[in-house]
Amino acid sequence: MSERLRPLLRWETGLAVVVVIVGVVGASVSPQFLTSNNLFNLGLSNGEIAIMTLPMTLIIISGEIDLSVASTLGMSSALLGVLWNHHWPMLGIFALIAVVGLAAGAVNGLLVTRLGLPSLAVTIGTLALYRGIATILLGPNTVANFPTAYTNLGVNAVPGTGNALTYSAALFIVLAVIFGVVLHATPFGRSLFAMGASAEAARFAGIGVKRIKTILFMVSGLVCAVAGVLWTFRLNTAVQNNGLGLELDVVAIVLLAGVSIFGGKGSIAGVVLAVLAFAGLQNALLLTNFNQEASGIVTGALLLLSVFGRNLAALSGQLRRWIPARPRP
Amino acid sequence: MSTTLVSRSERPPAAPGTGARRLTERAFRIRESGIIVVLVVFVAVTASVQHRFLNTTNIQFILVNTTVFALLALGETMVVISRNYDLSVGSVLGLSAYLSANLFGQHRGIPIVVVFLAGLGIGLACGLLNGIMVSAGRVPSLVVTLATLYIFRGVDILIVGGKEVVASSLPGAFLNIPKATVIGIPDLAIAIAVVIGIGAYYLRSFRSGRELYAIGSNPDAARLAGIPVGRRVFVAFTVSGAIAGVAGVLWAAQYGTIDSTAGTGYELQVVSAVVVGGVAIFGGSGSAVGAALGALLLNTISSALYVLGISPFWDQAIWGFLLIVAITVDRFIAVRLAIALRLRGGRHE
Amino acid sequence: MKLRQTAWLTSGLAVVSVVLAACSSSSSSSSSSTTSSAAAASSGPASSSGSGAALKTGLKVFIIPKNLGNNYFTTADSAKTDGAIAALTALGETGTETSGTAATPASQIPAIQAAISKGANVLIVSATDPTALCPTLTSAMKRGITVITYDSDAPTCRDMFINQASTAQIGTSEVDVLASELGDSGDIAIVSATASATNQNAWIGYMKQELTKYPKMKLVSTVYGNDDPTTATQVTQGLLEQYPSLKGIISPTTVGIAAAAAVLDTAKYRGKVLLTGLGTPDSLKKYVADGTIKAFILWKPQDLGYLAAYAAVEWASGKINGTQGQTFSAGRLGTFTIGADKTVLLGPPFTFNSSNINQFNF
Repeated sequence: MSERLRPLLRWETGLAVVVVIVGVVGASVSPQFLTSNNLFNLGLSNGEIAIMTLPMTLIIISGEIDLSVASTLGMSSALLGVLWNHHWPMLGIFALIAVVGLAAGAVNGLLVTRLGLPSLAVTIGTLALYRGIATILLGPNTVANFPTAYTNLGVNAVPGTGNALTYSAALFIVLAVIFGVVLHATPFGRSLFAMGASAEAARFAGIGVKRIKTILFMVSGLVCAVAGVLWTFRLNTAVQNNGLGLELDVVAIVLLAGVSIFGGKGSIAGVVLAVLAFAGLQNALLLTNFNQEASGIVTGALLLLSVFGRNLAALSGQLRRWIPARPRP
Repeated sequence: MSTTLVSRSERPPAAPGTGARRLTERAFRIRESGIIVVLVVFVAVTASVQHRFLNTTNIQFILVNTTVFALLALGETMVVISRNYDLSVGSVLGLSAYLSANLFGQHRGIPIVVVFLAGLGIGLACGLLNGIMVSAGRVPSLVVTLATLYIFRGVDILIVGGKEVVASSLPGAFLNIPKATVIGIPDLAIAIAVVIGIGAYYLRSFRSGRELYAIGSNPDAARLAGIPVGRRVFVAFTVSGAIAGVAGVLWAAQYGTIDSTAGTGYELQVVSAVVVGGVAIFGGSGSAVGAALGALLLNTISSALYVLGISPFWDQAIWGFLLIVAITVDRFIAVRLAIALRLRGGRHE
Repeated sequence: MKLRQTAWLTSGLAVVSVVLAACSSSSSSSSSSTTSSAAAASSGPASSSGSGAALKTGLKVFIIPKNLGNNYFTTADSAKTDGAIAALTALGETGTETSGTAATPASQIPAIQAAISKGANVLIVSATDPTALCPTLTSAMKRGITVITYDSDAPTCRDMFINQASTAQIGTSEVDVLASELGDSGDIAIVSATASATNQNAWIGYMKQELTKYPKMKLVSTVYGNDDPTTATQVTQGLLEQYPSLKGIISPTTVGIAAAAAVLDTAKYRGKVLLTGLGTPDSLKKYVADGTIKAFILWKPQDLGYLAAYAAVEWASGKINGTQGQTFSAGRLGTFTIGADKTVLLGPPFTFNSSNINQFNF
């Protein structure tokens, strides 16, 4: 495991350096960058995306992908709106949303593991299907009368943190710790790496690949449903296009974290750093006079740097180790 | 009626060769027939509910709407067969659509052919960038093209800003390209069918085309067998970009008004079309004709939903559901096919 | 060696592109920050309803349209077209246009938050959603920031709304135009934008009301083009196939009407299925010239932006507080009266047709 960690550790260190640079440059360019108010805004705008990157990381490490995350968020938001409109008690709504999230993930998982369909294609289908269900549930309507006790999570910070930490960011931290422990310190987590490296070998080693992948998709569904609830309360709005288009951002952050798209490599620490880098950079740019029309270019450039930087580090290391006689390029 | 239209223009020529090659040909044809079957059944069911679905105008609509996606599917197929992905096609299309259509306004009287070449060039340049990064950089194409999806779109927005190219600046002959028909079949559909045929022929009959399949099946083995993997992949991306560039010009001709949002979100639709068309998402198998048929099927489904007047709020859900069904059916066919091939393969070897 | 060079080349490319992007100035942001601080000492021009005090200068105003890269908003906001930023500059304020690129609340909210962090005194916003922006806008108002919405309202969390024309009039005039072209009878359909767009639904509501005046006209369907040319094209084609007796289409969205026009611009449909709706003159010149569209409606976006700017400065200067009946002057546009619900109307919608369309360039 340390073998696998070594090249990664270099990547996480690089990411940490990037985060620090973003922080330093951001603060120097804009006096508002490191204020508690701005950190609060950061948490508000990125909390749900950050939360969704965690199960996505596990899924990609295990060799699959889930592009339906934003649509599950939307579906959960629509459900929240519709049920609230029908005067369901909030706790009952939460319970049903959790069940629906698990079911949405289960559908993905079963299609991928039982029917053997490629997850990229399947989740493009469920991306449309779940967004469609959200549209059927809400139609053209918007629900915006949620009780302030809940919508306050979009207005107030977690008490005792100096007005800087949002509830969604706090949840992200808690979940990151849980996912981190599961991924890096349990046999379950190790089996994910094995599956990602080779599903065949993992199966022969007795790992229940199908069962585990289905569980991962279900966890993703549940987490995204929770994100949907957070999103709805933060904006005090349930509307069918909540979260539209977020899946690519989630995937981009996970890739930026050094998680290999082929599976078998990655770390939660990287994901946390990537979230900070991605969100911090966008936020810092907004605080300057940066032309927002070019913000996509920044995301793309970050991605490229992430993949080339990592390749450079890994490959030059490999060359050094395996082909010592070859003249250095 | 739609069946004969499709098969007449898109059946590939019989390829000569050994028994194994003939087998592969047959395999492809069975796969494509599978999609055609699904298409026919779907059209039949829709037409029985709404007979106007099959009238000339509607078929023309569907064929013309499909052309851009069929083209993009051709380029994407080449890339996916080699076990890569090109997610930047939507952004390349948008960039090319604006920049090339803008030429009409900047240079009065510019020949339409030159504008097509300009679009091709823009796409080629983008594809070149993708190709260099993927092949020389040896980095996962999903990541690279996701990045260039953002970057090309960002460049597009920067260049275009709040401007747009409007129909009044485009010559009538240009805007007429998607509308011209011969004996009821849109010229554009015929032209694209020919292009797809050429692409399919290249993939099956040229060594470099078939090497893409080898690369997709097992890149390391391909490299060891002496196939210039880097060069082939580079060419695949360059061609995919060039095709997206041309598709952009056609997009401009179809819609007449082009701003910085042209082509947004197309990448997922193209990947869906390709997968529905039987191209394996992990590379190594699939056909260009199948992918084009996949694009046709998906567009037909869209059109059917709108013609049937199903409540618009149900569109997306039904579309997603049908996509999953299409993938499942194709997977089913593929599995049966693999079993059949394995049995036959034993006898033929 | 090839790998290293490529990697460096690409990393260099990435860095260069980021730097280039950072250095490219936003085309619509005002460069008057230095001049306005110099002018801050002197009092501003134009006074209004006789209260005597002058308008504040040196205000930091942020204009936040639904998205950047949108032709309609670029016309409304930029100095070049004599829109909002031109008005702000004339008044001695600093005007900056900012937003995201996706026309969603998730894309717009960070821009609003950043504007607040950068010390905005005034926000002029075209809301991507009527309620989703409220937590952010309410917290802005609590800090004493003036929040004005224009073009698309967020009714419960702003100080004033600058409406391009009366919502009712926009709806009714489109129906009236189509009715007069159709001779008051025939089946019609509506090609709208997204299903949840408030202004769309409001206008459609008034259209249905107005249709009751024409008993021989029937609304057979409302479809949604989602402001995407491909979808708008497909839904229009679907309408034509599903309702062969269709005589007219109303599309109250610039993307929708342009896409529908492209579909109808063939010998088969031109003049047989009539099209009208909301659109920008430039994008529809071709179709008016060849008869696909006889007349359509809009207003001048630059006037809307200009008016919003004046209203915002008046409010921020404490000259008006939204009471119905208050008046204020808006530079070259004249005097305006505040209506109910703290709304100001730009004026009646404007009908474009072949006789006047060539006078306009937006």
